[in-house]
Amino acid sequence: MTTKRRPQRSRLSRWGEFAIEMLIRACGISAVVFVFGIFFFVIREGWPFLVGDLNLGEFFGSTQWYPDSMSNKRYGALALIAGTVSVTGLAMLIAVPLGLGAAVYVSEFSHGRQKEALKVVIELLAAIPSVVWGFIGLVVLNPLIIDLFDVPVGLNVLNGALLLALMGVPIIVSIGEDALKAVPDSYREAAEAMGATRWQVTWRVLVPAARNGLLAAVLLGVGRAVGETMAVLMATGHAVNLPTSVFDSVRTMTATVAAELGEAARGSDHYCVLFVLGALLFAISFVVNLTADLAIRGVRRR
Amino acid sequence: MVEPRSIVEFRGVTVRYGALTALRDVSLDLRPNEILGIIGPAGAGKTTLLKTLNRTVELIGGAHVAGTVLLDSEDVYRTRDVSRIRRCVGMVAPLPVGLPMSIFDNVAFAPRMAGVRHREDLAEVVERCLRQAALWDEVKDRLDQLGTKLSGGQQQRLTIARALSHDPDVLCLDEFSIAVDPVTTMRIEDVLKELRSTMGILLVTNLVQQARRLADRTAFLLGGELVEVGTTESVFGRSPADRRTFEYVHGMFG
Repeated sequence: MTTKRRPQRSRLSRWGEFAIEMLIRACGISAVVFVFGIFFFVIREGWPFLVGDLNLGEFFGSTQWYPDSMSNKRYGALALIAGTVSVTGLAMLIAVPLGLGAAVYVSEFSHGRQKEALKVVIELLAAIPSVVWGFIGLVVLNPLIIDLFDVPVGLNVLNGALLLALMGVPIIVSIGEDALKAVPDSYREAAEAMGATRWQVTWRVLVPAARNGLLAAVLLGVGRAVGETMAVLMATGHAVNLPTSVFDSVRTMTATVAAELGEAARGSDHYCVLFVLGALLFAISFVVNLTADLAIRGVRRR
Repeated sequence: MVEPRSIVEFRGVTVRYGALTALRDVSLDLRPNEILGIIGPAGAGKTTLLKTLNRTVELIGGAHVAGTVLLDSEDVYRTRDVSRIRRCVGMVAPLPVGLPMSIFDNVAFAPRMAGVRHREDLAEVVERCLRQAALWDEVKDRLDQLGTKLSGGQQQRLTIARALSHDPDVLCLDEFSIAVDPVTTMRIEDVLKELRSTMGILLVTNLVQQARRLADRTAFLLGGELVEVGTTESVFGRSPADRRTFEYVHGMFG
């Protein structure tokens, strides 16, 4: 038997491949490590209060947030939770239809240079720092809301929600557009060949086919809105208050942590309770993601 | 003898994709109740020809169509309602495209888009089309299942059922047997022979023997030009009008 000479890869190249495989494996695993690490850290900082003086009934049921009172410290986070929920909820009511509509338009109805221009501008919108948004809320939206709706204060739920909506829209648009773009062209052609109009094709075929991606787009938008701090800190009035209308000032959980952490003595109850708020935020985004995951699986199983 | 009125007429159709000319001055007609086979090597413009009929060619960027395409004497490129024109044409693509919805919804798609709402009417259309496509017996108990979960051959018959669902005047098949096993191919061929009594069929195929088995007339396209069209016997016979036809159908090139 003759021995054939086959090209041999050098030892270095094989080692290189091994090293790169290890490197990207480390990158993949690091995400898990970081998430658990952050969760562990947040819980650890809040732990003394969590097992000590935390009164769950007060924390979730009371609007009395007086962490620096000399005589009677009270940690009722209901108003803060309500602040986050109201601002985020209203923001999503505005951003989801706007974002999905824009995604459908950019992906299916615009062409050529208009499409490119739209995509660039929308991505630019995503790149605006949140402190700039907060500034806009303070000096542009604030007087506008006062004038338009004839209310005494323009720094309120509506203001914060508009800012969050504008911040969430570009995320929803760019991820949603990717999801629609990923639907094979053959679906479009097949559906159009059966006499469906452009709109029917989009609504009946493309949106259902892309629903997982569109759901992901919406949820990433929600995630951004829940976690956003600076803009809402500046635009919602920073008043601990259970809102009864969109024109009430509120304070969100994130804004509270950002505003108070610097002044709380390390290790004090006040310091710990801010970390409990952080853990709660973490839990909210975890639940949102989990729900999304289950929803997507439910859709797939069908 | 009076020629029967054609249901489809291509008159001097030229299609360009940017600088590339895919079809050059093709004139061809399809008569009622006939199967017109269209053969030719890859890149001859067969698929493009079909796509000019229902204007899906326009979905391809940079496509430009010149000439006239008549469907039931109506100019396809001058109509105001493209969707209505498309509903007159059933199109079956080379690879089955099961829309991501149930088997029932796949077949009911076109009627629904055209405005049919009643569940009973839709059920009737779905059953008729699935029977016509020889798929009914295999799927009648699982119409709610995703269409994309069927086997390749079943999916191809599903797309045929779908193409029939809007009761077209013309059925276009573009190399339907590519993704289908020989047994299923034979079943579909039998289906086509039956359908011929109710509509005209444009059959693009790479298998020249398939055209020979099914087509009443056969057209030979080469490099975007129509070389010849004639009865299947003459095209496949000893002396077709053009030497190149003889060479192609006898496997000397292509």
